[in-house]
Amino acid sequence: MRTSFIAKYPSVLVFLLALASFTIIVTILSEGFGIGVISTSFIKTLGKTLCLCLIAVAMDLVWGFAGILSLGHFAFFGLGGYMIGMWLMYERTRLIVTEALMQGQIPPTGSEVIDSIGSQIFGVVGSNEFPLIWTFADSLGLQLLLVVLVPGILALVFGWLAFRSRVTGVYLSILTQAMTLALALYLFQNDSGLRGNNGLSGLQNLPGVEAPQSIVSMWFFLASAMALGLGYSLAAWIVSGKFGSVLRGIRDNETRVRFLGYSVEGFKLAIFTLTACIAAIAGALYYPQAGIINPAEIVPIASIYLAVWVAIGGRGRLYGAVIGAGFVSLISTWFTGGKAPDIPLGFYTIKWVDWWLVLLGLSFVGVTLFAPKGIGGLFDLMKKRRARHEHTS
Amino acid sequence: MSTLLEVSGVSVSFDGFKAINNLSFQIADSELRAVIGPNGAGKTTFMDIVTGKTRPDEGRVIWGERSVSLLRMNEAQIAREGIGRKFQKPTVFEDQTVRENFLMALKKDRGVLSVLLFRPSKADHEQVDALAEEVGLLAELDRLAGELSHGQKQWLEIGMLLAQEPRLLLVDEPAAGMTPEEREHTSELLVQAAKTRAVVVVEHDMEFVRRLGCKVTVLHEGAVLAEGSLDHVTSNSDVIDVYLGR
Amino acid sequence: MGSRLFLGGLITMLRTLFACLALMCWCQTGLAQELTVQEILQQNKKLVEKSSRKTIGPVIAQIAASNLSQAQVFLEAWGSKQVWQRRSDGLFFFGTEVAKRQYELTDPDSGEAVGEFTKKQLKQLKPNSGVRALIATALVQFQLFDPDPAKRAEALQTMERVPTAMHLAPLRLSIDNEQDADLKARKSRLERLLTISFDPDTATRVAAIQSFEGGLGVDVRATLNPLVVTSMNITSGDLPTDENIARVIKPGSEYLSMPAAYDLLVAGKLAPPATSAEDIRAALVAHIDGGQVAKISVAQLSDPEIRRQAYDRLAEQSLVPAFIGEEDIAKKLLGYRFYETFAETSVAVTDAAQAALSKIDLNVGMNQTLDLTLDAISLASIYFLAAIGLAITFGVMGVINMAHGEFIMMGAYTGYVVQQVIPNHTVSILVALPLAFAVTFAAGVVMERLVIRYLYNRPLETLLATFGISIALQQLAKNIFGTQARPLTAPGWLDGAWVMNDVVSISYIRIAIFILALIFLCVFLFIMKRTRLGLETRTVTQNPRMAASMGINPERVNMLTFGLGSGIAGVAGVAIGLFAKVTSEMGNDYIVQSFMTVVVGGVGNIWGALAGATMIGFLQKGIEWGYPSNTLAAQTYMIIFIIIFIQFKPRGIIALKGRAAGD
Repeated sequence: MRTSFIAKYPSVLVFLLALASFTIIVTILSEGFGIGVISTSFIKTLGKTLCLCLIAVAMDLVWGFAGILSLGHFAFFGLGGYMIGMWLMYERTRLIVTEALMQGQIPPTGSEVIDSIGSQIFGVVGSNEFPLIWTFADSLGLQLLLVVLVPGILALVFGWLAFRSRVTGVYLSILTQAMTLALALYLFQNDSGLRGNNGLSGLQNLPGVEAPQSIVSMWFFLASAMALGLGYSLAAWIVSGKFGSVLRGIRDNETRVRFLGYSVEGFKLAIFTLTACIAAIAGALYYPQAGIINPAEIVPIASIYLAVWVAIGGRGRLYGAVIGAGFVSLISTWFTGGKAPDIPLGFYTIKWVDWWLVLLGLSFVGVTLFAPKGIGGLFDLMKKRRARHEHTS
Repeated sequence: MSTLLEVSGVSVSFDGFKAINNLSFQIADSELRAVIGPNGAGKTTFMDIVTGKTRPDEGRVIWGERSVSLLRMNEAQIAREGIGRKFQKPTVFEDQTVRENFLMALKKDRGVLSVLLFRPSKADHEQVDALAEEVGLLAELDRLAGELSHGQKQWLEIGMLLAQEPRLLLVDEPAAGMTPEEREHTSELLVQAAKTRAVVVVEHDMEFVRRLGCKVTVLHEGAVLAEGSLDHVTSNSDVIDVYLGR
Repeated sequence: MGSRLFLGGLITMLRTLFACLALMCWCQTGLAQELTVQEILQQNKKLVEKSSRKTIGPVIAQIAASNLSQAQVFLEAWGSKQVWQRRSDGLFFFGTEVAKRQYELTDPDSGEAVGEFTKKQLKQLKPNSGVRALIATALVQFQLFDPDPAKRAEALQTMERVPTAMHLAPLRLSIDNEQDADLKARKSRLERLLTISFDPDTATRVAAIQSFEGGLGVDVRATLNPLVVTSMNITSGDLPTDENIARVIKPGSEYLSMPAAYDLLVAGKLAPPATSAEDIRAALVAHIDGGQVAKISVAQLSDPEIRRQAYDRLAEQSLVPAFIGEEDIAKKLLGYRFYETFAETSVAVTDAAQAALSKIDLNVGMNQTLDLTLDAISLASIYFLAAIGLAITFGVMGVINMAHGEFIMMGAYTGYVVQQVIPNHTVSILVALPLAFAVTFAAGVVMERLVIRYLYNRPLETLLATFGISIALQQLAKNIFGTQARPLTAPGWLDGAWVMNDVVSISYIRIAIFILALIFLCVFLFIMKRTRLGLETRTVTQNPRMAASMGINPERVNMLTFGLGSGIAGVAGVAIGLFAKVTSEMGNDYIVQSFMTVVVGGVGNIWGALAGATMIGFLQKGIEWGYPSNTLAAQTYMIIFIIIFIQFKPRGIIALKGRAAGD
């Protein structure tokens, strides 16, 4: 029996269909393109959630399939956001500054414009000069390239160092966590060149675009949906082939794979770097919808939450990652947004704003203990039950 | 017959304990060899050294016609050179189907990119079918490897080794935990395999070794104690001493 | 003769000048002993009548140095506004109000009454606060001879704070008769310091300077530093021979950039200011004429080249000053030489001061290294305390406990709660330590029973489950104690620091933590090597199945070991809470460092944790020393270093070798 990609992963078709219908329904209900039932801010929430689903797919590839529990993928996500944010902020400031300077009695020189942009952007950290890392900020094309290159190269270097010294398991997790912490601490500095803890802001405005936020948010929503669809298909294609076999082999028995003649380090490095790039793309789509990025976004805990989503959704199955990220992040928004009803106990009222994290933490323990396959495991149970049913009838 | 693998003067110690002590060993193309020895004789460490898992403190390990040293290579490179290894416990990828296990083992380019782009051709599937038939797993091809019986897993692993088309097979206690029928099948597989390549079998079970009908090397305290036919070594007084204790 | 510019050391100059002046007066009057207070006052009548801080100094110094017995009394009276001038003859007297607007005058020298006068006939001397301060300074020297040692000490303290030239002579006189050994030493030290600053004789000053070589005192450095302060000077001719030149500086070198040098010329009115881009812009804006500047249309002016052209045209019409750019600057600078002079004119003194300072610097450097080492040791002991519990659970049991940081937090909050109940800090800490151990021990046992034991041999899942517990515990603490930091106050006897000298000091809390860390090391070693639990733990670690077959209950051992690790984390929490703030998120600050400590040191070994903590402590302090202004960067570099370190020692500093280490 030969197995084609789709035949082997029918879930891809189902998923793409579901995603497409979801996107269409949201578009119809949106303010920007439709009848206006869904507010623009909720469109942004949905769009961001799609980006989180995409990074969850990346996390599932690297953890669920290759067995590398990376606590650093949110760092790549954040770096992607920073890279696109640099262009957004530079270009928008440039337009504003140029317009302001044109009001003057004589037209500005190029260096006057640059100086003025510099003091606008970096005044908040007591500087007015462009750091070296902003060299390409004036070019959208190059900066888009950097979205993939910077996190990709960081992942490549870090991964090469870590994998070649055969750091595995929890050691690797802790090492990735340390890397994330180091990056976050570095970005927190004022002279990091990325505005310290102020981060980059005003990213929701597309420079030179007159369209209102209701429209812009829809563009980003659709782009996020497309990215998720592509990312999911790519991930499914990867894991359906021999590459996927090798990854799962590495996860289950690294030594055996090595004795089969595969260079385990190379495969780990490849998947680590690839998923870092996917995470970066997700981040580059996420932060223009969030409007602001700062180093607090990439502290290690964010990456751990990512692992939580994937685990709750069910790792080792791509749809599980999407379900987990979508479900948990949306429900988190609901609970922490103050919309969940309080529970009065008479002597004490449970406010979900305060207690949601307790519940999340404990339910996470519960999932790890009682449902290690996560929500996705339920599908397996259903499938098995149906199979048994068919068998008996 | 030319020498395929030559191990000479190899020693290795762990925290002062000499696991291998000035060991020398040779095997030729398409030779079947059994290695026996009491516990702690260094059988597994010997395999570790040949396959690159353990680096020896001194000595040489020379491979093939081009006489390359294996000591400078890592496990994966050695495996690609054509040395296959079967572990004591059956280690197959239980979460994947028998077919996937076979496909992973097939002798193909192991590079990351070519693996990523690899899609099995008709010939590949036919080769997998042939291998599965050889080891008696044709009916199980689309079952998960984890669902197989202990013996079937052993065969799957041997089949995967054959799929690698190695020039030298290192097999660690293949018959452990098998039923008599399974043992018979296993020994046939090994004898068959040794027709086209060199096979080294580490085994405790004398009956199984007898069935292989090949040259026997006896290891003791990390060095070769005796070498020859099974009858020859079992009549060697040193060997008797080691096995029975003095 | 070059024009002089005082860029620095101006105040010092003035002070020295003033001191010399005062000293000269003192010498004069020292010779003419006969003068009475009244005579001195009359000689300086104008200055006294209109006394101001700037001019009165020499008069006060003359009175103070007069060796007259009545000088002290007069100065005190003057300072407290009890001196009056008789309008009729301009003589000065002490005045006491005997009736309303009626004053009795007494002679300042003889103390004899000269009769009563009405206020109209008199004029009161009203020294302002500046003058009063000068008088008070002058009075200090009399206190040096006060019979009360406390008074003398007080006087010394005042002199140490504000050293002046006029104190030098009386100080020297007071040394020989000083009975108190401590005060005598202080006086002699101060005398040498004053000598350095104010003695007129170069050889004496050099000798005094050399007497301090290798000392660490802040006061010595404060005395020597002004001597080597330099100021920048410019000359168009040869270097002057009569000045104490520190060095000649070339413009364009790393010490003085070309623009900075030119700015000095501009400041000295030796050159017109350079033309900046902003100047050009302002000039162009000022001369816009019908959409054109000097016949160039405004629209073209976004090009700097064209702007320059327009400016040059304006300059040709003499509407703006001529353009001065980099070339002009370089050309102009060729005509001048820049050199630094010492404020101190004596070469011998500045040489001696520099030599002494460099020796002091060396000594200070060595002591700073010692100080840094002490800091590093104390940081290492904190990391060790934080990591030791983890070393047990991670190292011995192979269990990753991400909630370890929350156990530290739990211990700290236990300490906080105990302090709410028991106000005495000493007692409360003594209660809190065992209580924190008990609380976190219990929490650890509960966690082990409910969660961890189901996850043995699944390290990644343990990591995630304990992380869930960590989130829950953190939020729980936030719900109970709020988000603001809670204080955990150390007992009074732990306040302060052990000061070894002006450079090296270490706070008592850090010493206490160091001792606590030592105690824990010993306790841990004792438990592991000498108790039944330790033996059983080691057995279970090495071979659980064998241990079980020998009647050891691995479940019980695991439970107790985990409890022990958690309990130690709780105690560490109390210790950490004493110097860091207690918040619900404090665990986050220690968890990564703790893991690093264990990983770097080598898993499964208490000595590994010790080595790891030492290395990380020293590393962090070392990097912080290299980047003093930036602790965030220091942490970043430290983590990067650790990542690289693990490349070379994947199993940590103290690694288990061979097959026993497992794969």
